[in-house]
Amino acid sequence: MSTIGLEKPRSLPAEISYASVGKKVLMAVTGLVAFAYVLGHMLGNLQIFAGRERLNDYAEFLHSLGWLLWVIRVFLFAFFVIHVWKGIQLKLENWASRPQRYVKNNTVQASLSSRTMIWTGLAVLSFVVYHILHFTVRITNPQYQKMVDDLGRPDVYSMVITGYQNNLIAVVYIIAVGLVCYHLTHGIASMFQTVGLNNPRFQPVLDKIAWTLAVLIFLGFISIPLGVMFGILQLPGGGL
Amino acid sequence: MNLTLHVWRQKNAQDKGRMETYQAHDITPDMSFLEMLDVVNEELVAKGIEPIHFDHDCREGICGACSLVINGIPHGGKRGCTTCELRMRNFKDGDEIYVEPFRARAFPVVKDLMVNRSAFDRILQAGGFVSVNTGAVPDGNAVPIPKTDADRAMDAAACIGCGACVAACKNASAMLFVAAKVTHLAWLPQGKVERERRVKKMVAQMDKEGFGNCTNYYECEAVCPKNIRVEVIARMNREYLRALPKKIE
Repeated sequence: MSTIGLEKPRSLPAEISYASVGKKVLMAVTGLVAFAYVLGHMLGNLQIFAGRERLNDYAEFLHSLGWLLWVIRVFLFAFFVIHVWKGIQLKLENWASRPQRYVKNNTVQASLSSRTMIWTGLAVLSFVVYHILHFTVRITNPQYQKMVDDLGRPDVYSMVITGYQNNLIAVVYIIAVGLVCYHLTHGIASMFQTVGLNNPRFQPVLDKIAWTLAVLIFLGFISIPLGVMFGILQLPGGGL
Repeated sequence: MNLTLHVWRQKNAQDKGRMETYQAHDITPDMSFLEMLDVVNEELVAKGIEPIHFDHDCREGICGACSLVINGIPHGGKRGCTTCELRMRNFKDGDEIYVEPFRARAFPVVKDLMVNRSAFDRILQAGGFVSVNTGAVPDGNAVPIPKTDADRAMDAAACIGCGACVAACKNASAMLFVAAKVTHLAWLPQGKVERERRVKKMVAQMDKEGFGNCTNYYECEAVCPKNIRVEVIARMNREYLRALPKKIE
């Protein structure tokens, strides 16, 4: 039996990180940033279809940002960590809120994606770790580090194509991106509700927008491994 | 019609509890679910078995006392309907029906299907009120309120505090209840005065009671006997964000 709260009001940071609604707002805001990043990442990647020059120019441009690139990376990393940390914390609290489960479970309208957010989220987390080791740090496939183009720049174009020529890697990427997008179908619509921008007229529209964006992002991303698998994207000069 | 019931039996709060199976005989389709349980209880009493305990009061869908999770859905799954209003015509002869109490850490079982829902009372005591001096009834139109605002406040105020939203939520979150209370007061000029303090205090109390967090499943609105929409949760989130930077006493 608990008493009625007469304790001191919480400070703003405490309120955000401890109150249920505050934690949810953190999830929504960090989720929005992650979503914006995913969208930008997809658009950036699609330049691969414009050829080797274009993609390597883009990669060089990103690296030329220097300290600014690191600011962006740290910022994204912090948001990502908050999203994962709060997501796990919320889930653990939610499980604890119903110690005795129902014998007969039933679901009326909660979508499958909303009920599997923790699992798709954790799967995406492990994928992100692999993805960074694979293409950013390049330690899973160290041979990528030696790839340079005619101008002596890191040859991102050849790296990606070599990467996806391995069918196992290509399939892993397609599944992982599918999970990211499935996570987004709930996430995109959900963040509006969490920050209070929702009503019964807006909600079905939001759900459609969320699904449309998620499907477009999925198609955008998988077009690259599929392009490699079907030979639309090929290594310069037929290989290294 | 005849039915097979699987009912949660639990002697007291300390007892572990278990499902028991009973037969319901000669149930007419016009009976309410609770009347069906009354019939089963009559039979149990005649056999010398302790009757099934469950909460009920008005039996006309306005008090919020009845509960029960029927086949995994609070109030049995008929939209906008409490257990006491649920008619047996919604079931078929020979059906197997699972009857369980509302499950949440914040709603401990008292006995069988009865749970203690006083956590809701404490949330209301934390801020679900308007501080006004009592006295003569104020003039009806002294405070002008737009019709749409009054209607929205009334929609949210329809909440009878039964707790089905908590029981249905996969996280046992009380957001729909708290949001209905916060919203119905925040729509009205009398309630606006204390809005920041209300939303912060009620959310704090809700968390303290051990309810889960909202993850926007929207199961709550599907089972709400008063058809309260999750729009009120969005509204409360907005109220909360608005109150966030403000200091409250």
